[in-house]
Amino acid sequence: MNELLTGNEAIARGAYEYGVKVAAAYPGTPSTEVLENFARYPGIYAEWAPNEKVALEVGIGASMAGARTMVAMKHVGLNVAADPLFTLAYTGVNGGLVLVCADDPGMHSSQNEQDNRYYARFAGVPLLEPGDSREARDMVGLALELSEEFDLPVMLRITTRVAHSQSFVELKEPLPGRALRPYVKDEKKYLMVPAFARLRREVLEDRLTGLKEYTQKTPVNCIEWRDRSTGIITSGVIYQYVREVLPEASVLKLGMTNPLPETLIREFAGGVEKLIVVEELGAFIEEQVRAMGLAVSGSEIIPKTGELDPGIIAQKFIEAGILPAGDQATAGRTGREVPEVPGRPPVMCPGCPHRGLFHVLRSLKLTVTGDIGCYTLGGLPPLSAMDSAVCMGASIGAAHGISKANPEMGARTVAVIGDSTFLHSGLTGILNLVYNKGTGTVIILDNRTTAMTGHQHHPGTGSTLMGEPAPAINLEALMRALGVRRVKTVDPLNLAETTAAVQEETAAGEPSVIIAHRPCVLLTRMAGSAILVKPERCKGCKLCVRLGCPAISLRDGIASVDPITCTGCSLCVQVCKEGALVPEEDENV
Amino acid sequence: MFKPVDILMVGVGGQGTILASRVLAGAAREAGYDIKVSEIHGMAQRGGSVVTQVRLGEKVYSPLITRGGADIILAFEKLEALRHLPFLKPGGTVIINDQEISPVPVLAGTAVYPAGIIDYIRSVAKNVVVVKALDMALKCGSAKAANIVLLGILAKKLPIKKELWEQALAGRVRAGLLEVNQAAFASGYEIG
Repeated sequence: MNELLTGNEAIARGAYEYGVKVAAAYPGTPSTEVLENFARYPGIYAEWAPNEKVALEVGIGASMAGARTMVAMKHVGLNVAADPLFTLAYTGVNGGLVLVCADDPGMHSSQNEQDNRYYARFAGVPLLEPGDSREARDMVGLALELSEEFDLPVMLRITTRVAHSQSFVELKEPLPGRALRPYVKDEKKYLMVPAFARLRREVLEDRLTGLKEYTQKTPVNCIEWRDRSTGIITSGVIYQYVREVLPEASVLKLGMTNPLPETLIREFAGGVEKLIVVEELGAFIEEQVRAMGLAVSGSEIIPKTGELDPGIIAQKFIEAGILPAGDQATAGRTGREVPEVPGRPPVMCPGCPHRGLFHVLRSLKLTVTGDIGCYTLGGLPPLSAMDSAVCMGASIGAAHGISKANPEMGARTVAVIGDSTFLHSGLTGILNLVYNKGTGTVIILDNRTTAMTGHQHHPGTGSTLMGEPAPAINLEALMRALGVRRVKTVDPLNLAETTAAVQEETAAGEPSVIIAHRPCVLLTRMAGSAILVKPERCKGCKLCVRLGCPAISLRDGIASVDPITCTGCSLCVQVCKEGALVPEEDENV
Repeated sequence: MFKPVDILMVGVGGQGTILASRVLAGAAREAGYDIKVSEIHGMAQRGGSVVTQVRLGEKVYSPLITRGGADIILAFEKLEALRHLPFLKPGGTVIINDQEISPVPVLAGTAVYPAGIIDYIRSVAKNVVVVKALDMALKCGSAKAANIVLLGILAKKLPIKKELWEQALAGRVRAGLLEVNQAAFASGYEIG
């Protein structure tokens, strides 16, 4: 049965078909749907871990216990999980372990773009790169087999266009139920104290030597001989673009890119006149091919920043004289230009509780160190109430650092972090604030979900990935246990209450935490009655418009509220000084 | 082997482009075509522009359409039609829902919603279909079926039989809403 699956759905399917028993992840675009889909299959266990490091550690244990295991994350998640990964390469596995890592070239939904193929080379683990959904499914199976054969974790690296593009996959029946591989206590393999780690360091080199043999003959690395004047080495989804742009060129398609198949690359290089590597982000393959002493080009033709597409590749090949200009068949068309049009940036939803807090922070003219989530949008106009965003959890340490460098500035600074992000990486920041006698204020935007990635559960929501009830962490009690004496919970849609709390806590000479508590509007589907406008009272001052709510606009200089998208959150009622915006129940006031 | 038909579906988060692309993919599968569909999730969904790229043919490699490569642009909103016009192939078709959704810079008064979008598009593209899909959908029973009205117009222009579309629609819409959506599809198909 042919099914149209996204790459993420196909990876989940592959994990099911090839007997993965345990899977763990932290949500992150573009990887989130791998676990969401896997969790729906029967006879498996899947969980959201609070962060990627914990997810990989859960994977380590599940593999030790003999289960086939999958761990999934976005590219920046692997920065968090890098610590266990590098030593896992020493211990190796028992049950096969596949680490799915989704890069985001072009930063569709990320704070940076990084080429995580370098992690595989750095840690010394095998690396597979599927180019469509069928390959993604198949390579989960290959990764698990290689993992068990070579006693190593195997990295399956996808990109946004593999993760979120749909293509056909012929579904297979799952493998017959597998018994757990027996666990045998073996300190020299699993207990990485220096004496044993030195032994495993050598073992890792042996494994890589074996893999270098394997990678020459694996069917996922293959030469497609066509016209030999140009030979392209490529991997992942870029193979698909190359086939569109240069349908006649010979191609060495690499499905396994660490370690690289040197003999095969030399054979290919020897058979073509001009050798070019086409790859996205880093010159990962190209640099290694050049180090083999082969004449190769690539990064001087193809950009190393941003996402590639067939049009860019065609254009760059035309500029380099590899493709003739104006050749319709080469797709090297740039398209017509159009007049400049207003952008449509992502915005906080109507009724979003974050809006209230950012309005307060802007009004108080505070410096705001931010974090990763929907609320990062609070840094964009018209709210413009955030000064920095770096990585998960960074807001708290950054605010503390500001106050140590410049206490005056510190007294006018707050850290803002979401509930899921806080549980991912915020606890140690709070510990540091308390331990090192900081005076900072941390505001947790507690909307009871991981909103940006599509509303996944976390340790504060009271439910697991598999839909079972779970203990929900009590944030106030947690703060007190960490040593914070000033903890306050406010409703961010109540501007007076929130303003008073922020003023009071930033003035306090000790660490304080404000929990701005209000569930995500998309979760509650809050559909209160829309706010009404009394046009005769509106003076066109735009205070309401400056909330950046998509339901509010000015029509002929007068405020207007869209009755369909307005949720009745009443922030605009609170900012209006003329009484021109009124809740329905007060219509006659 | 014919070259793939490249379709760019553009709109604003929440307009139902995803359901429309799912029905299209289903119909294409039943017709025996190879197909690739590419979307962007995550931050872009929060009220931003949404783009679904669909390529169907006998064999499809790239999931992405190039600038100047789209045979058809199906625009759920006028400004998005204009924004994505550089993707249109010379001689390609633009189907435009005559609906205006102001982006936040326009709501906030820092930008102006361009006037005369449809006239401009007509002046540079030869094949332009303009419909008021919301009104048509309302007549069928629900404004929410505007996406399916637009899909009906697109359907008429693709080499896939009407029955296969209807089958695909029935497979992807809840039973209670099917009648409205069938009517919406038919009204679009009629003018396509």
